[in-house]
Amino acid sequence: MRYMTDRKRATGLGSARSGVQHFWEQRVSAIALVVLAPLFIFPLAYNMGDSYEAVHAAYAHPVNATIAVAFFVTAFLHFFQGLQVVIEDYVHGRWEIVLIITTRLLSALFALIGVFAILKIAFTG
Amino acid sequence: MADVEQGNRPLSPHLQIYKWPINMGMSIFHRVTGVAIGVVIAFVALWFFALAWSPEAFAKANWLMTSWLGWLVLFGGAVSLWFHFVNGLRHLVWDTGSSFGQKRVRRTALIGLVFMVILTLVTIWVAVAV
Repeated sequence: MRYMTDRKRATGLGSARSGVQHFWEQRVSAIALVVLAPLFIFPLAYNMGDSYEAVHAAYAHPVNATIAVAFFVTAFLHFFQGLQVVIEDYVHGRWEIVLIITTRLLSALFALIGVFAILKIAFTG
Repeated sequence: MADVEQGNRPLSPHLQIYKWPINMGMSIFHRVTGVAIGVVIAFVALWFFALAWSPEAFAKANWLMTSWLGWLVLFGGAVSLWFHFVNGLRHLVWDTGSSFGQKRVRRTALIGLVFMVILTLVTIWVAVAV
């Protein structure tokens, strides 16, 4: 038994029962991407169109590999956070739930694909 | 007899007859580019997966990425990313409660678009010339 009134328990949580948590976490991933996106995009643009050996060597480097892993994780996190808001605005009922879950699973899948690829390249030289 | 003219009332201005303030377009494109970036990054992840797989797999993935369609998608991805980047910065400033004034919103939108173009051109320059 916690000494909390019903009012106190509900304050700040709203109908979603999670308060501003989603909003807050989306800002955190956004701020991370302000730094990570340029750090990922410019080397990617630099390497785009180069040979297998050159690109493989570039992403075997610890700095590029770390940035790439951080970017894939944060970008796909931010992607499903944002897409969830878009879906909640435009789709309602059963499809809303189906799309949100699908978005989450696909984001996790592609983040895993990117992270696994970079780690394999980095660890096997 | 309160509702004789039902269905014949003046409508409030909506999308088709409204003169778009620049920020309306910025807001809509923020969502569109957000979705677009996710799709392009997914292709980039697959390109890295092919790089990790084998030289032969990478040759195929790289052929697709550096075909004219691939470059077009990457160009669209770069424009989308830099738009979302500059407009995201505006949103982060707004989240602090600052810069909501009409003139300020319009000015930051235009400044953002200029930076979007500059950052896209730098990205293309890095990709092609460096």
